[in-house]
Amino acid sequence: MTRITVKVDGSSFTDEVEPRTLLVHYLREQLGKTGTVVGCDTSNCGSCTVHLDGRSVKSCSLFAVQADGHEVTTIEGLAANGQLHPMQQAFHENHALQCGYCTPGMIMQSLDLIADNPDPSEDDVRLGLEGNLCRCTGYQNIVKAVRAAAAAGGAQ
Amino acid sequence: MTTTEARPTAEVGNPRRRKEDARLVTGRTRWTDNIVLPGMLHLAMVRSPFAHARITAIDTEAARAATGVIAVLTGADIADEQGALPNAWAIVPEQKAPVHPSMAVDHVAFAGEIVAMVVARNAAEANDAADLIDVDYEELPPVLDLRQAATDSSLAHPDLGTNVSAVWSFDSASAGTGGDVEAAITAARDGGILIEKEIRQQRLIPAFMEPRSIVVDPTPEQMTVWSSTQVPHFVKIFIALVLGIPESKIRVIAPDVGGGFGGKLQFTPEEVLTVIAARRTGKPCKYSESRSESLMAAHHGRDQWQKLTLAATNDGDVTGLKVELIADMGAYLGLVTSAIPLLGAFMYNGIYKFPSYHLKCTNVFTNKTWTDAYRGAGRPEATFAIERLMDELAAKVGADALAIRERNWIKHEEFPFATVAGLKYDSGNYEAATAKARELFRYDELRAEQLKRRESGDPVQLGIGVSTYTEMCGLAPSRWLGSMGYVGGGWEHASIRMLPTGKVEVITGTSPHGQGHETAWSQIVADRLGVGFDDIEVLHGDTQVAPRGLDTYGSRSLAVGGMAVLAAADRVIEKAKPIAAQLLEANVDDLEFSGGRYGVRGTESGMTMAELAFAVFQGHKLDGSAEGCLDADATLDPEDFSFPHGTHLCAVEVDTETGATSIRSYVSVDDVGVVVNPMIVEGQVHGGLAQGIAQALFEEAVHDESGTLVSGSFVEYLVPSSADLPSFTTARTETPSTTNQLGVKGVGEAGTIASTPAVVNAIVDAVRHLGVSDVPMPCTPYRVWKALQEGAQS
Amino acid sequence: MIPAAFEYFTPSTVDEAVALLRDQPDAKVLAGGQSLMPVLRLRLAAPETIVDIGRIGELQGVRDDGDALVIGAMTPHSTVQADPLVGEHARLVSLATATIADPQVRHRGTFGGSLAHADPAGDLPAVAVALDASFVIAGPDGRRTVAAADFFEGVFSTALAEDELLVEVRVPKYTGWGAHYEKFNRVAQQWSIVAVAAAVRLDGDSIAEARVGLTNMGSTPIRASAVEAALVGRPATPEAVREAAALAADGTSPVSDLNGDADYRRHLASVLTRRAVLSAAGTG
Ligand SMILES: Cc1cc2nc3c(=O)[nH]c(=O)nc-3n(C[C@H](O)[C@H](O)[C@H](O)COP(=O)(O)OP(=O)(O)OC[C@H]3O[C@@H](n4cnc5c(N)ncnc54)[C@H](O)[C@@H]3O)c2cc1C
Ligand code: FES
Ligand code: FES
Repeated sequence: MTRITVKVDGSSFTDEVEPRTLLVHYLREQLGKTGTVVGCDTSNCGSCTVHLDGRSVKSCSLFAVQADGHEVTTIEGLAANGQLHPMQQAFHENHALQCGYCTPGMIMQSLDLIADNPDPSEDDVRLGLEGNLCRCTGYQNIVKAVRAAAAAGGAQ
Repeated sequence: MTTTEARPTAEVGNPRRRKEDARLVTGRTRWTDNIVLPGMLHLAMVRSPFAHARITAIDTEAARAATGVIAVLTGADIADEQGALPNAWAIVPEQKAPVHPSMAVDHVAFAGEIVAMVVARNAAEANDAADLIDVDYEELPPVLDLRQAATDSSLAHPDLGTNVSAVWSFDSASAGTGGDVEAAITAARDGGILIEKEIRQQRLIPAFMEPRSIVVDPTPEQMTVWSSTQVPHFVKIFIALVLGIPESKIRVIAPDVGGGFGGKLQFTPEEVLTVIAARRTGKPCKYSESRSESLMAAHHGRDQWQKLTLAATNDGDVTGLKVELIADMGAYLGLVTSAIPLLGAFMYNGIYKFPSYHLKCTNVFTNKTWTDAYRGAGRPEATFAIERLMDELAAKVGADALAIRERNWIKHEEFPFATVAGLKYDSGNYEAATAKARELFRYDELRAEQLKRRESGDPVQLGIGVSTYTEMCGLAPSRWLGSMGYVGGGWEHASIRMLPTGKVEVITGTSPHGQGHETAWSQIVADRLGVGFDDIEVLHGDTQVAPRGLDTYGSRSLAVGGMAVLAAADRVIEKAKPIAAQLLEANVDDLEFSGGRYGVRGTESGMTMAELAFAVFQGHKLDGSAEGCLDADATLDPEDFSFPHGTHLCAVEVDTETGATSIRSYVSVDDVGVVVNPMIVEGQVHGGLAQGIAQALFEEAVHDESGTLVSGSFVEYLVPSSADLPSFTTARTETPSTTNQLGVKGVGEAGTIASTPAVVNAIVDAVRHLGVSDVPMPCTPYRVWKALQEGAQS
Repeated sequence: MIPAAFEYFTPSTVDEAVALLRDQPDAKVLAGGQSLMPVLRLRLAAPETIVDIGRIGELQGVRDDGDALVIGAMTPHSTVQADPLVGEHARLVSLATATIADPQVRHRGTFGGSLAHADPAGDLPAVAVALDASFVIAGPDGRRTVAAADFFEGVFSTALAEDELLVEVRVPKYTGWGAHYEKFNRVAQQWSIVAVAAAVRLDGDSIAEARVGLTNMGSTPIRASAVEAALVGRPATPEAVREAAALAADGTSPVSDLNGDADYRRHLASVLTRRAVLSAAGTG
């Protein structure tokens, strides 16, 4: 067991973890942050995307011990005071989700994308989400949502 | 009495934002894998690496001794307990099938079949112990090719004595729905057009994004099962039947379910084994599959070989179609594996008026993962076949692809239309949908550009693909299912509870997993009962809350389940009438219901549903002449199928140097009847298009010569991302269905059914002048390039 | 799935890391983990020891070292891709890096990890070979430098010994050269079926110098020397480049798989080489 301290969604946690524990399993099982999900075992699907020190990463592809001393933001850390984050709102408004399994990862990656590029073209969005698979929506409304959130200044 | 205003706006037809989003966008979702129960144990499965083998020994000693391990079970340990997994559809009375165990006992028939399981304190320890289990196999030759399987030269299940499960045929002459195909073929051979074609519908994997997960809590009173399934009601019945647990002691819950596409229309080995583990240990147990397990062991889809013969006159009038197909069941029969080709068998004539039709289907076993429903289930295969053939016919005649279709299709004034396959198409207007698609697509301009590129020998050629489809949805009239050999029915059930505070609970037997029923059902009820959209709560997916239902698949939910909801609402209104009459001191005949309010004709006096619900709750003023309850149930069996249709046009650019295809534009005009929520409909179309395009271009489950799944992860099984798909132009025409009250049809599968042939037709159209008349799916750059090489030689 | 258990170390210097690699049983370096993690999760490998080099400051970043750039092994792809020095002096590296995987993977995956991993379909090895990069390797006996041409030995196999660490890579400056990385795959996130890395220096309208590397045309990255020689002194016209590019498949031994057989890959190599060179020369 290794002791780690991680700040997740604004709160600090110190825990004993097995080094082999994936960050996503630590979030889901030890912290109960089940908003972040697992969709594959080859780092392809992006369902598990969170922010590590402000940049998007696939939380299935690092160990919790690697996050020691770092800051993690998950889908659960976005809405504040009962208000949806503009990106969450845009996904809702634009029907950018059906089953919703890919949605947490999509939203987290979309935020990373518009942080880099506040005014993305359709192609920019499509390419920027290449690491996130969705089986339901055909992506069109996701692209629309991300551009709408960007236009509404949703990068904050 | 109060005189509340009636609610004016109509909900049906409104692009209402979805109710279910609130939890999904914030991560407050209820996936099965989120569930944690006190003392919960975790399962890990050991799966056969071999496609076909005998198990000669299993050494579980080290695993049993490993830390955290509570139990290790092999097939032999549970042989008497596990029963056999069900097939619910004998397409012929003499259908053959091997016994389908949840865990192999001494014979494995596909790579991925479960041979042992570990129950441990946590998932990591379960995985560790599973690695310690040593299984000795004696390999047997695997049967992998479906055509070879049909010859019985080597057997997938030696004990069964044959690979052929069933042979089913339909002939229009003997069914009395049309003429004799052989005569049409002979005539075409003598002086007409005869097109013969073989098509391989590759094996696909549904690849829902949420891997399957099961949690079982075995309290003495009840076995509670959470499963990420499309069919909680089926799971409940089959747990009872297979494991001998009284049905009344089983509760199955499908919480939030992350996609299904037919892939979760199943009663699975993993469900049985998790129940067994829970029953044996007396503890809650969880099994969550990994993606590799999911791709390997959750049922696959498609996998058919089609041999087609189309007869036509020289002018391009189709005179007959003969279909011989072999369908790969894989190693076992799942719930409806055997019937998938049948669901397509009635659709090979598409939107056309054929005078003669014959189909023969042979279902065979191989040593691959079992197949079953995948979005469209049989209909994509049929539609692909006929739409590819119509393009070939156009090429032979030298006619435009749309013109040849128009020549053959059913005219709008000819509905209802009895087809050569024996179905009655309710309604449609192919002319209108095609005209609209043509305009949105700029068909003529693109044809002109195509010509220019051909003439200049541009290395990037343009192709235009057409697909005019129809499909049968609203599965299904129970009597039809019964006549086809299905053991279950096709009805659906709904209940409505009118709560004292004016809120309404709608309980549906459908089990959505992304389709937005919470929203759409609210819209239907809001309009009918005149209550607020936000005052309605839709409950589903829990057999204790929604005890009656047949779940969600086959584009049935709205046309069957939605109509049951409507019928229940009508009953509420009916039940409220005598009560309203009594409370308003009026004659029943003087009451009229509108905008959510019973009013006394010609007066201001009236009561809203909310007021009635409260009065009923109090009961103070009821005289007992009518039952003091507004709640109502309805079971609805659909009168018939409904037949949505549409015209899809796809433009592709084919790079003739590399074989790469890119979709330049895609227009779909769909007619799905009356639309409850256009936003949801559009979303369904988008998702369907993506999956159909993926069959055309990207996806294939490939096995190597030993039967191992090569495309066993998302590295090889290429589910397209946003960067790999175009944006779509979607539009609608609206021809109401005549088989249900609201005039709705289904939309869940339409996009998938239509798009695959549109894309492949476009590719072939781009390079036909270079000697190419077909490209096998998926049309990878490599295959397109190879077709071009061969075309250049011929 | 969950990886098998291991001992975990986080050295803070290169020397510490090398000592751990030498002393600990069955030790494996963990860099960005983007290739290693799936292997561990699928339990295709189960090392007893993991040495996480993510906390060694020395391995991070890009620096200017006179006639070369030095890229630390632990520099993430996203940093390399956006680095102005790399953009100016080794644009081919930026362009190829941008095609790797997806943004999340590029935030974690590292320059050194990609090279040390030596996947024949990896995008950076061909670039390193084309640009004559050299690899600085630390081992128990100190440091040594290996030329790119000698670093890649086979599929997933390099000149690195088990107790050695790739520290940094020196890339000579190609200031003012045109560059292009032409990657061919079926879906965006996929590895290269074939890719071509090209850098050219123009003198007026003709090609003065050319560097061409091929990805996934054999078990190691391949330098298309015949193409380079044929390009030098020729005008950067489609005809001339087409002729030279026809030599791209010379001496290659590509695999056959689901994405194409060896013939198809050879054909792709010459088409993609033509496109890469023309784009690099600004005439494509
Ligand atoms: C979905 C996905 C798609 C991808 N697509 C591409 C692609 O298109 N093109 C491409 O090039 N790559 C691709 N990659 C791989 C990516 O580039 C990885 O980042 C890279 O291969 C490995 O880098 P890493 O830092 O993650 O190394 P790790 O995964 O940590 O390590 C990889 C291997 O190298 C060894 N190693 C790492 N660093 C050192 C060192 N400094 N010294 C000695 N040994 C070391 C490790 O022990 C291990 O064996 C993809 C990865 C994923 C998950
Ligand atoms: S679960 Fe992390 S990428 Fe799929
Ligand atoms: S909404 Fe279901 S996977 Fe994206």
